[in-house]
Amino acid sequence: MSTDTAKPVAYRDALNQALREELARDPDVFLLGEDIAGFDGAFKVTRGLLQEFGPQRVVDTPITEAGFTGLAIGAAMAGLRPVVEIMTVNFAILAMDQIVNNAAKIHYMFGGQVSVPIVIRMPGGGGHQLSSQHSQTLDAWFAHVPGLKVVCPSTPEDAKGLLKTAIRDDDPVIFIENEGLYGKKGPVGGPDDLIPFGQAVVRRAGTHCTVIAHSRMVWVALQAAEELAAQGVEVEVIDPRTFRPLDLDTLAGSVRRTGHAVIVDEGWPEYGISAGLATHLYEACFDWIDAPIGRVNCADVPMPYAKNLEQAALPQPADVVAAVLANIGRGIA
Amino acid sequence: MTGPGATEPQDMRDMFRSMLLIRCFEEKASEEYMAGRIGGFLHLAIGEEAAVVGTVSAMRADDPLTSTYREHGQALARGTDPRSVMAELLGRSTGLCGGRGGSMHLMDKARSFYGGYGIVGGSVPLGLGLAYAIRYRGGDQVSVTMFGDGATNQGVVAECFNMAGLWDLPIVFLILNNQYGMGTSLEHASAEEDLYPRAEAYGIPAWKVDGMDVMAVRGAVAEATRMAREERSPVCVELLAYRYRGHSMSDPDTVRDAEEKERWRLRDPLITFERVLLGEAVMTADDISAMRAEVEEQVEDAATFAEQSPEVPVGELADDVYANPFNDDARGGALMR
Repeated sequence: MSTDTAKPVAYRDALNQALREELARDPDVFLLGEDIAGFDGAFKVTRGLLQEFGPQRVVDTPITEAGFTGLAIGAAMAGLRPVVEIMTVNFAILAMDQIVNNAAKIHYMFGGQVSVPIVIRMPGGGGHQLSSQHSQTLDAWFAHVPGLKVVCPSTPEDAKGLLKTAIRDDDPVIFIENEGLYGKKGPVGGPDDLIPFGQAVVRRAGTHCTVIAHSRMVWVALQAAEELAAQGVEVEVIDPRTFRPLDLDTLAGSVRRTGHAVIVDEGWPEYGISAGLATHLYEACFDWIDAPIGRVNCADVPMPYAKNLEQAALPQPADVVAAVLANIGRGIA
Repeated sequence: MTGPGATEPQDMRDMFRSMLLIRCFEEKASEEYMAGRIGGFLHLAIGEEAAVVGTVSAMRADDPLTSTYREHGQALARGTDPRSVMAELLGRSTGLCGGRGGSMHLMDKARSFYGGYGIVGGSVPLGLGLAYAIRYRGGDQVSVTMFGDGATNQGVVAECFNMAGLWDLPIVFLILNNQYGMGTSLEHASAEEDLYPRAEAYGIPAWKVDGMDVMAVRGAVAEATRMAREERSPVCVELLAYRYRGHSMSDPDTVRDAEEKERWRLRDPLITFERVLLGEAVMTADDISAMRAEVEEQVEDAATFAEQSPEVPVGELADDVYANPFNDDARGGALMR
């Protein structure tokens, strides 16, 4: 279980390390989901864990999302710490009754008698020509609900440190990975490096405009920042990392300094993450901003299959560049 | 109550008292609702006391129980103080769940009653998860999950039958078949009117018993929990019963046939069990009168206690949204404070 923090680790392997370390640390932690044991998980996040921890701790389920999610909630009520893998966020829709009506409500509705220390991991996002039913970004659905905590890691280090925090947290945590990030490599922390919820991180410092992005969009924003820097525009890229809780202070502090904000969100534009963040920023920064807050979202369409249409639907670095330049009144150079 | 095994006269007296308490409590709750002191939905289990008490009396005190929203009786049968149940119905600070749950969401974790839930079928996987935790820890408890005939048509219940059969989990699925899903009769909702064979389709031993006969229910649930405990097998028991009131207090109950209601009234579980107690000389008529008076007094005391209890302080609105809170400001939304 040695962790060489100097060696770059892929996002999927960072998650694997977190699961392995927490399984070893706490006998109440167990994993369940479709094809996670014998098949190592659809995205190979659970590779080798069945061999190391056995079928009691790493459990293949039938294709029965509502059932096994509810089962895990019940097990969590008994004090276990299940980590559920739902193959993609699209299938979590089948389990929404269990997540929203049970997991999110049980601690409050019964006056704090039982907590639900469950983690539900699943990737969201598009970009692999999987069409409408396999490409959704539904972060906002979960972030809407009091009682849930919502975490969206963008780097291997965050994937590991936030997942460890999630597993040790006593509340239901929705842990949304991204299909486009599993191969992304970077440094990771050691077994005791937990990243607390509710702390945004500045991914790149800048003075002209604040760009807020999470999950895979962080990398889109950073690429746009490079292109903007070549034009003499320095943007500050901030990753909220968690939406429940939300570190508004860091976001608003940056926007007050730059006077400009653009939000990049792979989800749809209507009533979603970007809309919610924009509202918070208007409320917190109205007197400081010099232009309406810009938003770059997935197009307001079900995701198409054709490669060129899919790319047109998803936020691209060029879209972020254009939104920033428009926001600061530079137009497209 | 002493749990399964031979039924001693004291067990029978305890069961009768529990049934009387539920009946009397719910009639009082009905009055409180009509007086406007109970809000929301109030689903009464009047007529279903044998199913509830027979079940609970056959369980061990540490066997977790989950239920639907029609669950005042389950809490009372498990020994929860009627004062805290009535106070919860009135939404008072002394309520079992601090006024957060109300009639549909009672829980008494200290008595292994893991709650009443409002989404039909949605509580069944929770009961399965409690069974999963028992097996995970090598315990010898049995999870008992009660749900209605209506829930058997929810997909998630079939999912639970499958996982229980697949993994041999220590669970008893109790279908409390009161023959109506709200106002829709079983024959209008189910392709097959026998419900227990659905569990059999997943390799789960299952059978049906008379849910109006408390001793029959107790015997069936004792056998079911024994099988689940000793043979590590899930079991399903269908209890055929009838509720004498509408779906909830807001249902005037005009759909069900008057003759049908009268026929089931004749099988009132309290009356039939009273006959058994007298016939077997377990209790005398005087014993029963005295018990009834004592229960009525207990329920009056519960109602008085609830009515005189303070409201929940509004300052507690946002307490307990999270076990590990990040924000105690009810208007702060998701913001870190």
